[in-house]
Amino acid sequence: MSSPIVKLVAQRIALGLLLLLAVSVLIFAGTQILPGDVAQSILGQSATPEALANLRAELGLNDPAWVRYFKWLGGVLTGDLGTALSSGQDIATSIRGRLWNTLFLAFAAAVVAVPLAILLGLLAVRYRNGPVDKIISGLALASTSLPEFFIGYLLVFFFAVKLQWFPGISTVYDGMPFLDRLKAIALPATALTLVVLAHMMRMTRAAILNVMQSAYIETAELKGLSPFDVIRKHAFPNAIAPIVNVVMLNLAFLIVGVVVVEVIFVYPGMGQYLVDHVAKRDVPVVQAVGLIFAAVYIGLNIVADIAAIIANPRLRHPK
Amino acid sequence: MKQQLDYLGTLAAQGRISRREFLGRAAALGAGAALANTVLASAVRAEGPVKGGIIRAGLQGGESTNSLDPALNLSQVMFSFGKQWGEFLNRLTPDGGLENLIAEEIGSSADAKTWTIKVRDGIEFHNGKTVTAEDVSATLQRHADEKSQSGALGILKGISGIKASGKEVIVTLTDADADFPYLMADYHLVIQPNGGRDDPNAGISAGPYKVTVNEPGVRHGGERFANYWQGDKLGHADQVEIVVINDATARLAALQGGQVQLINRVEPKVVGLVKRVPGVSIEATSGRGFYPFNMFCDTAPFDSNDLRMALKLAMDREEMLDKILLGYGTVGNDFPINDAYPGFPASIEQRKFDPEKAAEYYKKSGHSGSILLRTSDVAFPGAVDAAQLYQQSCAKAGITIEIKREPGDGYWSEVWNKQPFSLSYWGGRATQAQMYATALASTADWNDTRFKRPDFDKMLQAVRGELDQDKRKALYHDMGMMVRDEGGMIVPFFNQFIDAVATDKVTGWVANPQGEQMDGYALAACWLSNA
Repeated sequence: MSSPIVKLVAQRIALGLLLLLAVSVLIFAGTQILPGDVAQSILGQSATPEALANLRAELGLNDPAWVRYFKWLGGVLTGDLGTALSSGQDIATSIRGRLWNTLFLAFAAAVVAVPLAILLGLLAVRYRNGPVDKIISGLALASTSLPEFFIGYLLVFFFAVKLQWFPGISTVYDGMPFLDRLKAIALPATALTLVVLAHMMRMTRAAILNVMQSAYIETAELKGLSPFDVIRKHAFPNAIAPIVNVVMLNLAFLIVGVVVVEVIFVYPGMGQYLVDHVAKRDVPVVQAVGLIFAAVYIGLNIVADIAAIIANPRLRHPK
Repeated sequence: MKQQLDYLGTLAAQGRISRREFLGRAAALGAGAALANTVLASAVRAEGPVKGGIIRAGLQGGESTNSLDPALNLSQVMFSFGKQWGEFLNRLTPDGGLENLIAEEIGSSADAKTWTIKVRDGIEFHNGKTVTAEDVSATLQRHADEKSQSGALGILKGISGIKASGKEVIVTLTDADADFPYLMADYHLVIQPNGGRDDPNAGISAGPYKVTVNEPGVRHGGERFANYWQGDKLGHADQVEIVVINDATARLAALQGGQVQLINRVEPKVVGLVKRVPGVSIEATSGRGFYPFNMFCDTAPFDSNDLRMALKLAMDREEMLDKILLGYGTVGNDFPINDAYPGFPASIEQRKFDPEKAAEYYKKSGHSGSILLRTSDVAFPGAVDAAQLYQQSCAKAGITIEIKREPGDGYWSEVWNKQPFSLSYWGGRATQAQMYATALASTADWNDTRFKRPDFDKMLQAVRGELDQDKRKALYHDMGMMVRDEGGMIVPFFNQFIDAVATDKVTGWVANPQGEQMDGYALAACWLSNA
């Protein structure tokens, strides 16, 4: 690997870290703006002024904001996310199970959605402008146009209430057998797949079609390759950068954007956890979850950037 | 036909013929499905509780911030779960009386200032320890301590001393309170070994189920406690589970899909649809909860009783009940008591919508300009619509209401009990005196109408110390009248708990006005029809 590419990748990562730092400032500032006083929300309506003052001192709420910010950042960097104000539990411990659940659901949806989207995209290109292309695009667009909660309720109505094939609520817990777990998440994973499918499929189709205009595709056709081989061997590898980009964007959505689906299917993931704690003004938890979401988002985007750099021959082989 | 049907029903209930066979043979006898199901249900009930199986409830009102410490029980889920694993001194019966549990007897001195709780013999905690008077007194002491932040702190404030002696716990009060035994039935007061001081989150008490699963905001589960002291009455299923389902549609889907057999909080607007689902019945129970419009009696312009009266008369209660609760409730009368309370003063005249009189009072108050009313969806289901409906009925009396819709987030810390005119909800209390003490005594933290009247406080103190029933009734009448005519609370209606039960799978439901889900006891008191 040549040095310019290493430099580029290093630059990307450094930029990402800088961005994450900036986001941490934003998150901290945002939670300070939230209406309501933390000490007041913990103690509730029956709080006496003395108890309020004690708790404020205990939580360090009397320090200036920037001191609290650096204290918090220092804790995060050493792996200490603090303790939840509402339940007194260690945040890192309670988040671990939730994060794992969210990742599991996202992963299951991605395992189905990504290959399916790319395959459908390839098929759409192979039979472009024909009925197959039209049907694939039409169905995918239709499923994307429906809001995810509507798709969720439709799935629940048909597969949980009418046919009773899958449970309508996706309760999962530690020590649940793997197959039971898969069955429990079947409906939310399907809903998520339908939501992200069209975007990836359409981008795959567009990116490959773009490449198909090139002269070397014509050469490949002229030397007698079958249409599918042309796409697979010549068009697809050169269209990988935009495809990876859109795939990463959708993976990020699967992890950070599933709050609605989690609520509909009562799935114990990060989204529900975040919502509960926002309502309770549990600022340390909100900050921690916000930071994790930001890190996932930025991380996946860095991966997409790096993949694009590596996949680009001009960057790999600089003159 | 009826006899044959009953006989077949008994056979089916005993499992000697299948349910399907029963329905088939009932149809052959010419019985419709509805009648056949009714016969089967009563036959199953008559057979008595069946042991075994798992009963699951899908409940709204659980969060990942919940903890097992009974002192901090606030949400509906922890309330119900507490009734599964916790054991109490006593509990309220559906008719408003008291049933003693760990307490064998609660007796008082003649002045109702010293109370003696006799602890029942031979009750065992989940950890094998026997329940003693020390445990009971330690529990009461922990909840009466400011530091525990117990939800029962308010009702235990009047206690000046708690001590155990032999098999008895002696509680002395600063002021007489004839309702003391009712206070002990509070759902926070789960009796725990050493009062739960060693580890408040341990979840150990003497209830029908032992805690096996505790994942706040997700699910809670228990297995039957083999040594439960009255296992013939409660704890029929081998296991109980509460699944937290905060989304109303998901809750209903889970019931229809068979993942749970009981759900709470069915929205009035879907009740008609749910009734048509085979095998599911709606249980609507009138309770003590109500949805008030709160005015601060000490803040302008609401410090004028004429204006308060105008606003009360401008409330169209019947329409409100019809359109907001779709009839699932009863009209209120501007004081926080209804006929679910023992000693309800029924002779107080019902206030009616009267725009002319309201306009008269409004003119007399001398107020002009619009009045700001704050509302939010979290105040109660339909609170925003209720505010708009009220705006229209006020317009008929020439009163202009300006509605401000507040964010649900922070409503309870920023608006309720802080702003002078807002919508809210109350869950009701065990007795009238307790309700008044919580919401209308001058010193009450939750006096959310700023009703501060020494003469009212005096009556409250008198009624608490009064053991003579007739005198109590007279006092309750006067207190109700005072709040109704001079208070700051507009009570359009009392709501009902609407639960749904999969009656084809679960038997044993008994309506209980003390709280939703049979006052939380549904899981322990019901049994699976064919376990």
